[in-house]
Amino acid sequence: MTGEITYVKAINAALAEAMRDDGRVIVIGEDVAEGGPYLATEGLADEFGSERVRNTPISEGAVCGIAVGAAQAGLRPVVEIMFIDFITLALDQLVNQAAKAHFMSGGQLSVPMVLRTQGGAGGRAGAQHSQSLEAWLTHIPGLKVVMPATAADAAGLLRAAIADPNPVVFVENKSLYFRREPVPETPEPIELGRASVLRRGGDVTIVALSRLVGEAMAAAERLAADGIEAEIIDPRTLVPLDLDTIAASVRRTGRAVVAHEAVRTGGFGAELAAELQAAAFDYLDAPIQRVGAPFTPVPLSPPLEDGYRPQSDDVYAAARHAVQWADVEEPVPLSDTGRSRGE
Amino acid sequence: MVERETALDLLRTMWRIRCFEERVATLHHRLQVHGLVHLSIGSEGVAAGVCRRLRDDDAVYSGHRAHGHALAKGAPMDRVMAELMGRSAGLCQGLGGSMHLVDTQHGLMGATGVVGGNLPMAAGDALAARLRGEDRVTVVFFGDGAVQAGHFNETVNLAALWELPLIFVCENNGMAEFTPRSAHTKVARVIDVVAPYDFERRLIEGSDVGAVWTAFGEYLEQARSGTGPFLLECSTHRRSGHYEGDQQSYRDALADAEWAQLDPIARLEARGKDEGWLDDEAAAGLTAHADAEVDAAVRFARDSPPLSADDAAALVYAT
Repeated sequence: MTGEITYVKAINAALAEAMRDDGRVIVIGEDVAEGGPYLATEGLADEFGSERVRNTPISEGAVCGIAVGAAQAGLRPVVEIMFIDFITLALDQLVNQAAKAHFMSGGQLSVPMVLRTQGGAGGRAGAQHSQSLEAWLTHIPGLKVVMPATAADAAGLLRAAIADPNPVVFVENKSLYFRREPVPETPEPIELGRASVLRRGGDVTIVALSRLVGEAMAAAERLAADGIEAEIIDPRTLVPLDLDTIAASVRRTGRAVVAHEAVRTGGFGAELAAELQAAAFDYLDAPIQRVGAPFTPVPLSPPLEDGYRPQSDDVYAAARHAVQWADVEEPVPLSDTGRSRGE
Repeated sequence: MVERETALDLLRTMWRIRCFEERVATLHHRLQVHGLVHLSIGSEGVAAGVCRRLRDDDAVYSGHRAHGHALAKGAPMDRVMAELMGRSAGLCQGLGGSMHLVDTQHGLMGATGVVGGNLPMAAGDALAARLRGEDRVTVVFFGDGAVQAGHFNETVNLAALWELPLIFVCENNGMAEFTPRSAHTKVARVIDVVAPYDFERRLIEGSDVGAVWTAFGEYLEQARSGTGPFLLECSTHRRSGHYEGDQQSYRDALADAEWAQLDPIARLEARGKDEGWLDDEAAAGLTAHADAEVDAAVRFARDSPPLSADDAAALVYAT
């Protein structure tokens, strides 16, 4: 049984299901009782009350720390940081405390909490409400990092994240929130660490994160019209990473593009490219191509922001570049759009 | 007033902490205790007067100066020593060390090396106790240096707003690392910092362990019934440097007579002798007993190997 709902409604429903199933689950954050700016927590306070759906002041550090302490004491808090940009204020609690508690206590403590947040540009919101900061978090042993690209994955991965005994950062994307997509009536948890292969193809592997998954699917249609069959893989969770599935695909296609909205420099695509060249070096027919945002803060001006965000055109061009690599003596020139693609 | 048996227990607890830490200093100089080590010599009265009141299921969150809190809360001395020496028999299998002591069995739920980082976690613990309908109480220890950190105000605000059963215990030794409090803030007393929130708060002499025991007991009784928060500010003297190896060029040593007035052990022993429940022989016996326990703890720790790298790596994620 499936129905069509939006990504944000799928998250809302998954939260409600988790709260019904387990009295230890609480939701805590700024304006969560009112539903928050995107209505992800709408209606939860009516059903579960203000003790379990707990509004907080604008105190990201303390709110994250309260979630850590409550998790160590046996609750399963889902804390909302309204924009991933504000996670900067909570990093001591997330990185120094939550991520290390299990290890530093020799296994005595565990922190079964989920930190929900959302990133991405496109909202004309300027550089402090539009970033994609997930790569920072993947650098911290002890954290898990989830980035769902579809409504169904958002629901299933959120259920798994809440059930997980570790701190999980769940990174949503504001420009996916209101797309209507098919979602199972009662989504089953989706195991963390399982990539999703969205399209089969033998010519090039495109590994895309979050919003770029949709862009990659659109690029694949254009590539198909050119006679190039792309395989599209969404890792869904960055930590743990399903490298086996991705590397197996690249060994088969011999070409890889990694695509995300985050700034390319130091982005998670760099980690993917490094792991893939090690896992598939002898199979590669072209350098691994990276698609990401340029090394600037997110601009406000609409034409500048639109130019800043990687789109399907960028994924298409990077895939063409990879496929043509062996056919040309000189690498084809990079486009002059200012967006970074290719090497 | 504190009963004689309680007073003896507090004295015994303080001697255990003092002898332990003096040995830790020696072992640190010999490179057998590792890393950044912060001693609490001079403030044992706060650790003893607070923690000896608590049940095992009452939670304590501590900071980087945590040895005394751990021992007074019930953590076994041999496993604390093994932890400081980085051995697998340590409380945290040697993965935490001096600044990160945890003993969940005895309610020591965390100690953090990031000043002030423990405050919101303690509030979360108190929130969990309330939501789970438990009558346990949460205590968070911190120094006056943490009061200028943002987490302090955020946490005090929320604890007051939500009336959490949380007792803030400030060990105000007047020093934030190398710098006197007066150079960091205009507000000398921590009870004045939280005054606008209007919860119960009190400043006492931390070197008077009986006063700590009594004042904390009053707050504990109320917190046990689910109300809060409370702030107990204990003025203390930090006898040692900020950490072991600190040259302390920023301050002069105290005269012996002055230290005797600030030393919680000397004060309680003087009182015991005045009141007739302690004599020189009994006092020496307490010290010798504590020293013997420390000897055994060091032997226990030395017999334990460090954890293997594989076993450590297996502890990054809970399963």
